[in-house]
Amino acid sequence: MGKTLSEKILSTKSGSSAQAGDIVVAGVDLAFVQDTTGPLTVRQFRAAGFKQPAGSLKAAIFLDHAAPSPNRELANDHKLLRDFAWETGSLLSEVGDGVCHQIVAESLAKPGALIIGADSHTVTAGGLGAFACGMGSTDVAVAMALGKTWLRVPESIKVVLSGRFASGVYAKDLILYLIGLIGADGATYQALEFGGEALSAMSVPERLTIANMAVEAGAKVGLFPSDEVTRSYLEGQGRDGDYQPLSADDSASYVRTIDINLAELEPVVSRPHTVDNTAPAREIKGTKIQQVVIGTCTGGRLDDLAVAAAILKGRQRHEQTRLVIAPASRAVMRAAIAAGYIETLLQAGALILPPGCGPCLGLHQGALGNGENCLSTANRNFKGRMGNPEAFVYLASAATAAASAVTGEITDPRDFS
Amino acid sequence: MFKGRAFKFGDGISTDQIIPGRFAHLRSNLPELAKHAMEDADPSFVSRVKPGDFIVAGANFGLGSSREHAPLVIKMAGVKAILAKSVARIFFRNAINLGLPVLICDTDKINDGDELEIDLEAGSILDITNGVKLGFGKIPEIMLRILDDGGLLAYLEKHGDLKL
Repeated sequence: MGKTLSEKILSTKSGSSAQAGDIVVAGVDLAFVQDTTGPLTVRQFRAAGFKQPAGSLKAAIFLDHAAPSPNRELANDHKLLRDFAWETGSLLSEVGDGVCHQIVAESLAKPGALIIGADSHTVTAGGLGAFACGMGSTDVAVAMALGKTWLRVPESIKVVLSGRFASGVYAKDLILYLIGLIGADGATYQALEFGGEALSAMSVPERLTIANMAVEAGAKVGLFPSDEVTRSYLEGQGRDGDYQPLSADDSASYVRTIDINLAELEPVVSRPHTVDNTAPAREIKGTKIQQVVIGTCTGGRLDDLAVAAAILKGRQRHEQTRLVIAPASRAVMRAAIAAGYIETLLQAGALILPPGCGPCLGLHQGALGNGENCLSTANRNFKGRMGNPEAFVYLASAATAAASAVTGEITDPRDFS
Repeated sequence: MFKGRAFKFGDGISTDQIIPGRFAHLRSNLPELAKHAMEDADPSFVSRVKPGDFIVAGANFGLGSSREHAPLVIKMAGVKAILAKSVARIFFRNAINLGLPVLICDTDKINDGDELEIDLEAGSILDITNGVKLGFGKIPEIMLRILDDGGLLAYLEKHGDLKL
């Protein structure tokens, strides 16, 4: 019987013929932490008596969640992580470099690699054909030290994509639609594997946005094949040598197949307080929004800022709606400056944050007041997510976010040319 | 054998409710962090829970973030086991890695405040208050061994390596 992408990668990484349901010990290529999970990883690493990360993998530390540090407690956590990185020779990504998942995609993730990160959105790198999986601090400490981890080979759900997005509809709308369809636990312990003819026209940044939110359906991984689109992205990053083609076997076995015609999708919004609480944007038009956030590892890439700038060019944010922009990385921010997007956004009344996670998880840079509504291009809208359990978070594409920033209420971007 | 009271929660309790991101600055000060366990799901939880009690939840408990601090603050609050209809993947692994049992069972049969007796070895849950007996789902062998040894670091100290 043929193998799914998950089975193929985990077979290679475990040196066995892995099948869904098997438990394998697999070699890890990249193990990383960020600044809110990393301190516990470092303490567990030291508590276990480990001295150095395994030579067989790359270990990396990202300072992105509280970047720059808003208080002395987090400044001390950063210091602990910098010292660990310098002592062990691990890669250190400083405050201002950007969100771990974007930098992993830009410079570290390779098709076929096994990536373990102490952050649930590690799944983002599945957009490049890497088996990338979030774990906790202790699991990552052990993976860093041993160069391997144990994994249950997941069953896979195949998502077959056809057609092309209509105007005003984006990758974010697709993944919100899919999560709404299968639910927040629709893929728990399983892999979401994407395929179909639509992929030939789907860019790596779009794939990263989709893979990023696989975890919001409970999935262990959101995997795309590695194809010509992957090759040209890696070439553009100066990483030609990291490319290898990778796809599931035609005879692979799936627990479920879901067919989606992109042409039939429309702008989607997730309503508070769960990601699967989705509705077409047109159905909740008019909901007042006090803050719009365009940024994060889900919706803060160059194409998101381009879409936002196109809508906001020559327009102003609504006077009662704050517009907060957090580019996903330094490279994204530089490219957005070079393309004039940042100037356009500033003219429209936007606040530009340094590259990083920004207000996504509610620890600084744009926490919400009681009763306020935020429309964000991020990936989570759980109660309390943006710093206040008395506030409400809606999730949407950069286009819906930008259009809503102008009107001050949830707006279908197709009404807005 | 554990004996304690049930603290009942509904479906879809996220890690943001278990330990909100706004307390990220306390993650290197665990006793302070643990004072906020379950705060956005039930602000009175920490003041009411006693060592030996249980969290009894609905479906998809612990969805969201990879923060191991979520099961960690629950454990520090004195909770001896989490019972749920289902549990999110990363949370499940994190709890086991900390030696905190997660038991998958039909929690609809348990009411808030019920006295429970749990026998991990026999695989049984007895609701003393209403007399209902429940079994719980099997977990993979490697997780059972990690749990038996008291967590992933204790397991590694004993075995020296990951063993299937």
